Amino acid sequence: MADLRTNFVGIKSPNPFWLASAPPTDKAYNVVRAFQAGWGGVVWKTLGEDPPVVNVNGPRYGAIHGKDRHLIGFNNIELITDRPLEVNLQEIKQVKRDWKDRALVVSLMVPCEEKNWIDILKKVEDTEADGVELNFGCPHGMSERGMGSAVGQVPEYIEMVTRWCKQHTRMPVIVKLTPNITDIRKPAQAANAGGADAVSLINTINSIVGVDLDAMAPTPTIDGKGAHGGYCGPAVKPIALNMVAEIARDPVTHGLPISGIGGVTTWRDAAEFMALGAGTVQVCTAAMTYGFKVVQDMIEGLSDWMDSSGYTSIDQFVGKAVPNCSDWQHLNLNYIAKAKIDQDLCIKCGRCHIACEDTSHQAITSMFNGERHFEVIDEECVGCNLCVSVCPVENCITMEAMEAGSIDPRTGKKVDPTYANWTTHPNNPMAVTEAAE
Amino acid sequence: MTQSNAAPDVAAGRLSDEEYARNFADLHPLLDPHEARVEADRCYFCHDAPCMQACPTSIDIPQFIRQISTGNPTGSAKTIYDQNILGGMCARVCPTETLCEQSCVREVAEGKPVKIGQLQRYATDHYMSTNDKTPYTRKAASSKRVAVVGAGPAGLACAHALAVEGHDIDLYDARAKAGGLNEFGIAAYKSVDNFAAREVDFILSIGGITLKAGQKLGTDIHLADLRSQYDAIFLSIGLGGVNDLGLENEAKDGVLNAVDYISELRQAKDLSSLPVGKRVVVIGGGMTAVDIAVQSRLLGAEDVTIAYRRGQDRMNASEYEQHLAQTNGVKILTWAQPKGLVAQNGHISGIELEKTRETGGALKGTGETVTLPADMVFKAVGQTLVPAVLNGSGPAPQIEKGRIVVDADRKTSLDDVWAGGDCVLGGEDLTVAAVEDGKIAAAAIHRALSA
Repeated sequence: MADLRTNFVGIKSPNPFWLASAPPTDKAYNVVRAFQAGWGGVVWKTLGEDPPVVNVNGPRYGAIHGKDRHLIGFNNIELITDRPLEVNLQEIKQVKRDWKDRALVVSLMVPCEEKNWIDILKKVEDTEADGVELNFGCPHGMSERGMGSAVGQVPEYIEMVTRWCKQHTRMPVIVKLTPNITDIRKPAQAANAGGADAVSLINTINSIVGVDLDAMAPTPTIDGKGAHGGYCGPAVKPIALNMVAEIARDPVTHGLPISGIGGVTTWRDAAEFMALGAGTVQVCTAAMTYGFKVVQDMIEGLSDWMDSSGYTSIDQFVGKAVPNCSDWQHLNLNYIAKAKIDQDLCIKCGRCHIACEDTSHQAITSMFNGERHFEVIDEECVGCNLCVSVCPVENCITMEAMEAGSIDPRTGKKVDPTYANWTTHPNNPMAVTEAAE
Repeated sequence: MTQSNAAPDVAAGRLSDEEYARNFADLHPLLDPHEARVEADRCYFCHDAPCMQACPTSIDIPQFIRQISTGNPTGSAKTIYDQNILGGMCARVCPTETLCEQSCVREVAEGKPVKIGQLQRYATDHYMSTNDKTPYTRKAASSKRVAVVGAGPAGLACAHALAVEGHDIDLYDARAKAGGLNEFGIAAYKSVDNFAAREVDFILSIGGITLKAGQKLGTDIHLADLRSQYDAIFLSIGLGGVNDLGLENEAKDGVLNAVDYISELRQAKDLSSLPVGKRVVVIGGGMTAVDIAVQSRLLGAEDVTIAYRRGQDRMNASEYEQHLAQTNGVKILTWAQPKGLVAQNGHISGIELEKTRETGGALKGTGETVTLPADMVFKAVGQTLVPAVLNGSGPAPQIEKGRIVVDADRKTSLDDVWAGGDCVLGGEDLTVAAVEDGKIAAAAIHRALSA
């Protein structure tokens, strides 16, 4: 069995699966159940100053479902903890005392004044928690009060608060970023400049999860009105992966530890975040959908995959896919692929044909010799992968790379074995003579 | 030889009220909205879908299923009705396993087709439970009059389509009620809650159709008179006659035509009033044979056997129907043909069956016989057209092989007479095929009347 232990900015946990700062980590009762179920760590639900905030007394959550009520996306308008600060601190202290081998990080959000941060950091230090996570991400409610994503959207504030925190505590400082910005590298660079030990991302995405067409109001609806919430769950994973990769690739922040968050539901999701540079992952929606038991297969699945892939420790694959994250302009334009349909697997639904015929390149037949038959027309196929994406049968349609030296029937040209990208392409007005990689 | 000397045991009220209710409940209960959405989500929305090709009425199946999946069951039902106004009944009685569901790509891929029939029922039941009328409005009155003779599936489909076009229809039927086999045939558990009659009301709600029930062709009305009174005639008279076994004792008590008994059963207000034999033998191999055999069991018969003269694979009843019979405890005895009927004191007491063998396509008795005790013997060996009803003072349409000859437009040899359903040559003996006949004929009649 592979070694799943992680050491993330000095915070040790038996596995890389942490629960994100959210309802599942709001109190000792839940956190203890999570640790009993096997979670490697938790980020305690965000503490603020007393008096505690209040939540709405109507619905806080909304969801996007598949036809079988499979939860695809999740939305919330819950605020930070609504329990008194002292209660949370006492519980944190007790839980950490009882569960020394697990990571216990405390999420924080107080107004942007140095004194406020000094005060709360001191209180958290007394609990002997392993670290703090600065919540610069919540996009609803708190942001209206100048906190959460209102801070995370201003790199100068991020840097300022991060610096205060680094000055006033010995605990590792993780900065949690909001995705509600145009370029995730800027807030990450600011956190880095402020001395952050790590960043964690993504927090939730501004969202209206749906509209009640009878009430003509957004959902969830509270007395006839709705407010935007934060979107998370499986649907946001691709957005989160890109943002994690952006930070991992950026020369300024390359090597800055990342705790990956956003739709992690399975061990494979976690492995993908880690391949893009995340040292740990944080999970919320999967736990809120299925309960804490989901961590068991996350642990076993990751371990089994590591065994079968020859990895014995987490470090061996964290960030391993980062060098292969490129920009469009550097992709090899001499690489040519064609779709190929496995006729034995084909169930003749015709979706590849109609997708290609109506919306793409007219490169798949529907009839051949009077028979219902779907076959790629290599003369037309641009290798776009749409047919692969819409085919209901796994591996029925595959993209096959053409051999160098063979003739591409679409262009009539020989497949060039050399690498050439847009930077040197004759159609590029800015073309240079030698390709930049 | 197991001949019984006991008095015939034919009795009503063999079961408790609860047992009757349970036995004759809906064969396939309606999907609930969640089940329907999940099932609809299994449909791949195939291009040029094979299921649609397989449907005799060419319902746009991927489209109606997608409409269920998007939460638009009303639109879904309209998609169905656009091609088949009897979509509700067809959803209940179509042998989907040999039509749409057989050609579903998921049947081919994994042996589990999308439940097209049940989804069609979901959409059409939704429509009928939320609307009083068909979704169509009549075009301006044409002042043309059409007589539709026979208010079964073909006649109803034809009448509705012509009414939409603005023509006035007189819809004749020999029975006291419209619906044809939907009302008087098919098994009760396939059409519960008076569905056949409700569907007739739904179809007639289009307006412009006057139902003239209790008017039998050849007795109360005559083809020549109709031709002089109407601009066009559509004959959908079904098959009024039943084949006999041609055996002695056939007229004895306890020997019945399956279709007559089913008709009685379908109209019965109280199933416990229907007498059924303790031991029942059904002769035949089609849907009617299965329907009567299963319903005999459900009425409390203890021992029901279908005797069919060829192998099970040759039975006209679909494989699904055969399984339905067998899971209801009906024995299917193959390669056995009726040789003699045994009667005691004027009542049937048994049937002698001869084993058969097929050599070079010809069926021959082997001489070996077995006699089964029987309190009731049902004949389900096919129905026939009674051509005499077409005769009268004027010319009759051409008949071949005992059926009315029609062209691709369902036009008979007479210029103003069309025909469809079971009474025409080349018919498939299916409700859905009858609907298609009515639809095609209506389009042709409308063209002729508009010319």
